[in-house]
Amino acid sequence: MAKPKVAFYWCASCGGCEEAVVDLAEDLLKVVDAVDIVLWPVALDFKRKDVEAMKDGAIAVSFINGAVRTEEQEEMVKLLRKKSGLVVAFGSCAHIGGIPGLANFWDRETIFERVYKDVPSVRNPEGIYPQQKTKVDGVELTLPEFYDTVYTLDQVINVDYYLPGCAPPPDLIMNAVTAILEGKLPDKGSVLAPDKSLCDTCPRKDSKPEKLSIKAIRRPHEVIADPEKCFLEEGIICLGPATRSGCGERCINANMPCRGCFGPTKGVRDQGAKMVSAIASILGVEDEDKVTEEEVESLVKQIDDPAGLFYMYSLPASMLRRKRMG
Amino acid sequence: MKEPTIVGFLCNWCSYEGADRAGDARLEYPANIRTVRVMCSGRVEPEFVLHAFREGASGVLILGCHPGDCHYKMGNYKARRRISLLKKTLEQLGIEPERVRLDWVAAGEGERFAKVANEMADTIKGLGPLELS
Repeated sequence: MAKPKVAFYWCASCGGCEEAVVDLAEDLLKVVDAVDIVLWPVALDFKRKDVEAMKDGAIAVSFINGAVRTEEQEEMVKLLRKKSGLVVAFGSCAHIGGIPGLANFWDRETIFERVYKDVPSVRNPEGIYPQQKTKVDGVELTLPEFYDTVYTLDQVINVDYYLPGCAPPPDLIMNAVTAILEGKLPDKGSVLAPDKSLCDTCPRKDSKPEKLSIKAIRRPHEVIADPEKCFLEEGIICLGPATRSGCGERCINANMPCRGCFGPTKGVRDQGAKMVSAIASILGVEDEDKVTEEEVESLVKQIDDPAGLFYMYSLPASMLRRKRMG
Repeated sequence: MKEPTIVGFLCNWCSYEGADRAGDARLEYPANIRTVRVMCSGRVEPEFVLHAFREGASGVLILGCHPGDCHYKMGNYKARRRISLLKKTLEQLGIEPERVRLDWVAAGEGERFAKVANEMADTIKGLGPLELS
């Protein structure tokens, strides 16, 4: 029997998700034994035309990482959708926008101006920006359109499953691959990770007091965090309350607070809004009845960049999706 | 021109009563405020506000009991901190913080309800409809 065909593709991503596949180590050999990889730009020499030549639905599953921010990426994911039985959004960027999604605080014009003109290491007095079409010696060169907005994969194509994480940990990848090969998949649209909050599985959970109350917000570089204590108790903002578990608590174990790469749990529509709620609820609870409006303002003012922090990974997937440009 | 929609989350114990009182007294307040009764201003999650904006509201008004009068003791204090942090977050996302207003209206304050509602309607009219991409 022919082995199922599998594709890996990358869009707006850093390459970390490719690394995560390689991190399967010896298990990767089992995967390669069980499937035929028909596209994997980072590792193999298959081209777009090879995919185009396949019958619709010929690929059993495409693992697509990265957010969608260019015309080319949109074309490729639409092509892969047509050729694939299943599409898995692989990693934070495909799932919820990820770090590239922070570009939704700007638009094409402001990004180009910054990157191609204002950055101190760039000299561009003529103000030359990338063009979709350029004539060079009578030949027209083209570039794909760069969009104003970064999209999650499911805002562009239908997605069957999500593998969260920046990058997804090897155990979740292997679980997903095994489930696909054995046909033991959960309901379509599922996130292939536990539906528990990170706080629920946090190794520091027992150190958390019954009632959290913080007055001073501390940024991770300002203090040496106690390796045993709940970050929130120390005033260090941790996105654990609004983030899905399954990551293996990698950041916590490295004594860094959670930044939300797994996205929210099932019932939550907006991870950032949940964090606004969580932090505001524990900020200055003591003597809250004696606090003046001005004191509330100054408590909140301590958080320098709430939108950037609370939506660090999930801005494109949020209810507002992007900054509204005036 | 159609007036931009404002969603008003009113607490069951004080502000909803206040709005009723305004109605009883036949005080005029803008028809473009759609009220939603919630048990407490502390029940209003920031997600609700964003949801209202996503569904087409141009402003969100949250009304609760005056500080010290919360039926659940501390709900309005929680609301105060949440909405303050939400407004700061919204500003970074290009949404004028004035589109969200948290205020206090007691059960007997029909006039105050009408005043706050009218002020909010004027503010939102001045800002214009909220258009999201």
